[in-house]
Amino acid sequence: MASAGEATVKKAHVGKKEKKRPARYWLKAQHGEKPTKKRKREGQREDAPKSSISGKADPFPGPAPVRQDRVQRFKRERSKKLKPHRNNLKLKRIITGTKKDSEMAQEHAARVDVLLPEEPGFLEGDEDEDTCTISQEDIAEAVDITSGAKYFNLKLSQFGPYRLDYNKTGRHLLLGGRRGHVACIDWQTKQLMCEINVMESVNDVKWLHTEAMYAVAQKKWLYIYDSKGIELHCIRKFNDVLRMQFLPYHFLLATASATGFLQYLDVSVGKEVAAICTKSGRLDVMCQNSQNAIIHLGHPNGTVTLWSPNQKEALVKLLCHQGGVRSVAVDKTGTYMVTSGMDKKMKVYDIRAFKPLKSYFLPAGASCLSLSQRGLLSAATGDVVQVYRDVWSTPVTKPYMAHRVRGAVWGLHFCPFEDVLGVGHGEGFTSMLIPGAGEPNFDGFDANPFRSAKQRQEWEVKALLEKIQPELISLDPNQLGYVDRANMAQRHQDRVEALGYDPLAKEKFVPRFKKKGRSSAGAVERRKKKVAHEDQRDVIKEAVEKKLKDERKRVQQKKQKTALSEKSAALDRFRK
Amino acid sequence: MFFHFIDTMKVKVLSRNPDDFVRETKLDIQRVPRNYDPTLHPFELSREYTRALNATKLERVFAKPFVASLDGHRDGVNCMAKHTKSLSTLLSGSCDGQVKVWNLTKHECVRTLQAHESFVRGMVVRYCGTSFFTVGEDKTIKQWKMEAPGYGEEEEPLKTILGKTVFTGVDHHWKDGVFATCGQQVDIWDEQRSSPIRSFTWGVDSFSSVRFNPVQTELLGSCASDRSIVLYDMREAAPLKKVIMTMRTNTLSWNPMEAYYFTCANEDYNLYTYDMRFLDRPIVVHTDHVSAVLDVDYSPTGQEFVSASFDKTIRIFRKDGSNSREVYHTKRMQHVICVKWSSDSKYILSGSDEMNIRLWKASASEKLGVLVPRERQAVNYNQKLKEKFQHFPQIRRIARHRHLPKLIYRQTKELNIMKEARRRKERNVRKHSKPGSVPPVSEKDKPVVAVVQ
Repeated sequence: MASAGEATVKKAHVGKKEKKRPARYWLKAQHGEKPTKKRKREGQREDAPKSSISGKADPFPGPAPVRQDRVQRFKRERSKKLKPHRNNLKLKRIITGTKKDSEMAQEHAARVDVLLPEEPGFLEGDEDEDTCTISQEDIAEAVDITSGAKYFNLKLSQFGPYRLDYNKTGRHLLLGGRRGHVACIDWQTKQLMCEINVMESVNDVKWLHTEAMYAVAQKKWLYIYDSKGIELHCIRKFNDVLRMQFLPYHFLLATASATGFLQYLDVSVGKEVAAICTKSGRLDVMCQNSQNAIIHLGHPNGTVTLWSPNQKEALVKLLCHQGGVRSVAVDKTGTYMVTSGMDKKMKVYDIRAFKPLKSYFLPAGASCLSLSQRGLLSAATGDVVQVYRDVWSTPVTKPYMAHRVRGAVWGLHFCPFEDVLGVGHGEGFTSMLIPGAGEPNFDGFDANPFRSAKQRQEWEVKALLEKIQPELISLDPNQLGYVDRANMAQRHQDRVEALGYDPLAKEKFVPRFKKKGRSSAGAVERRKKKVAHEDQRDVIKEAVEKKLKDERKRVQQKKQKTALSEKSAALDRFRK
Repeated sequence: MFFHFIDTMKVKVLSRNPDDFVRETKLDIQRVPRNYDPTLHPFELSREYTRALNATKLERVFAKPFVASLDGHRDGVNCMAKHTKSLSTLLSGSCDGQVKVWNLTKHECVRTLQAHESFVRGMVVRYCGTSFFTVGEDKTIKQWKMEAPGYGEEEEPLKTILGKTVFTGVDHHWKDGVFATCGQQVDIWDEQRSSPIRSFTWGVDSFSSVRFNPVQTELLGSCASDRSIVLYDMREAAPLKKVIMTMRTNTLSWNPMEAYYFTCANEDYNLYTYDMRFLDRPIVVHTDHVSAVLDVDYSPTGQEFVSASFDKTIRIFRKDGSNSREVYHTKRMQHVICVKWSSDSKYILSGSDEMNIRLWKASASEKLGVLVPRERQAVNYNQKLKEKFQHFPQIRRIARHRHLPKLIYRQTKELNIMKEARRRKERNVRKHSKPGSVPPVSEKDKPVVAVVQ
């Protein structure tokens, strides 16, 4: 084996020597000499299989193969292929270079993917056993203690029903009772961070970018509290807010109000970015698409509308249900939207193509919907929470899991990076175990559940520096990467609109003042007329030229036509 | 982590051990697990764009190119020479015949010698770095030792050659003991002899500068006062060819990497890059100066060059860019007469009329000193981002913005108006002439009058 390896090495070297390269002046010194050591090693790597010190050949030569489906996950969408001009070699080189770089990065990412430490959770029943019949108690008993402790009930019957929100890392839970009770909890350690009663009805609660601040939509105004329960702001520009969504990368708090206004608050500078009158009444159904920061609103007439802060009208209007829309949810990849309506139907849409994919009939109808990071759908029907799997790919007949809570469900939320579903209801809060719901591997630079205070501070600074401007919100998040193909006329028009005047417009002729009485009104008028005539002359000249050209063309065509018609008829010569 | 079997039910729930994600002791660095899944990182492009915008803004914030001013000369600095072996040594000659040797790291003059009686017109360091040559208006060529004389010794040149005419420039061969001077004619000297081994003339004129080609070492280029650039082969008796331009060329500099290109600094406010094989048309016309360009020097990478101008600014151009990427000026800097790009490609040195030599950074916002790896990585990443988004209007606007002295700003505007007027006139002449009788002439063709073989 060893000798064979050596033989191949030698052969490669012989082959290398025989191959003649074109003469280069910088290679002159080396000509005729032995190739340098480095060169030798390179040659070996290219031509012969690697031989180890022991002489054994590498049984798996070359880089490890990567599965194509893994690479596919990291491929970025590109709508149009960039094609530079044939002669633009420099641009061509740049484009091929970047393409190569991105392909390499994708492959690397796919390779690293194998090393991710965690696997998603799952739940499998007996052969003839439905997983939906397995009770939460059984699951909590079956799993380890720490996971088992994640199933718990908070009995808060006094101030319910409760809305809830998990923060981006999934460590902190915010509860807001209808009758004014607001509490934030580090729910894994079960430590209460603060608990207040705002002495007003609470419509919705939402964490802001960190666990240090949260927004509460109260009876009249929008309030911001810190994690100790101290009121930081009362924002009187935002009244009668019913639902809120926080766009973490834009630092925008989007609110939907009972007066039909969709408002955006920039929480980093405290300014209202946009206020849109949707003209469709009370807005109590709202969700966001986390991939493009578009807000989805559900309306009582059965439509779902899509909004961005840059446009006063809805980007898209979809008629989804025959009755009113009760709840909307969009999945993590921004591909699917799930809606439920008063017509007791639950529908799945592809929101890239705006096409309905599936429609399900739920006997009681779903009042709340929530989608987990791995695509599990939870729907609340009365006091029962049902969880479905693969609602968009296969027709689902029965739920994956089900659980009955004490009161009517008011809020549903999957906890990010955990197999936990939080349910807020009339009698308090229930934390359920849903195996396979959460993304098993988090990214430490984006949302790290185990981050220290220092890390959080650093992350906050970075995130604020990278705050995306609200102008960049659009249906296609990659729009920024496309080549602007606007032509000169369009660009000029945009410029005129931006400036408020036409910078290239011909200046109006103002006659110079002349002395000795030559600037009398009549003389000035005469001079003006002269210039005007000159301009007119150009216009007329152009018009005449065009006319002549057209005429010539017409004559030419006529001639051709007659020539053609003359030729076509063979018996024309006998015609009188 | 664990599978559990109760009544044949299989269940696994995410349960992370904090020990795997939190550092063990305070002395460790924080653990940062990564997941590159694109769905966990939305708004990729918008975030990158924001980062690029921030990087561009920071670049302009940190753009402080001026490092130091070296003062000590008692008259305008007329010429400079880089040491061929030592990065920290610079030689400069002034209009009163004084030559100074500088230590750049300490920003101090280490040696002063009175080399000539009037202007020091040119100086060059021998390729080995042990001695240097100066030429002056007193018609002498002097060779000096690089080491300072010992205590009590007189400052004496190694050799002095008395010429017949005034010398205006000198350059040394890159490999052999041969040097060239220019004045009334271009002379090639052997170091051992006191008379030139070859003299080149082509018509009656005087030459302002001569430069050896760094790769084809037998080739020379020189600029003559009859508006021509002449190329020579040292081995031949006669010059090779010359190109005559509309205005006089002051100096030329060879591209050290692609040595068939050279760039010349012209009196018509422009610089021209020529391919020496095709002299009938410059490859690039570098505009932006608003007065005569006096000196030019290439960076050792051959990608960029720096030019000094009578308009009191120095500008940096990319080798194929027709507009400058950078302009340096200060309130006190007067007409810049000579400029050099340091051999480590990081600094620029400019010598000006008001007796100072200034040290600039070649990249205005670069941080000096050693970078820690994380810093280096961040710099590289920001560089790549800036490159990727350079054509976005907002980023381009910020990256291109430079503050200019009012005078230069106004003159630039004025020149643009003049240029536009000339174009308009040409257009009108063409419009009112017989079609085809006034063909359009490219801006590149305009400066070239003739090429003589």
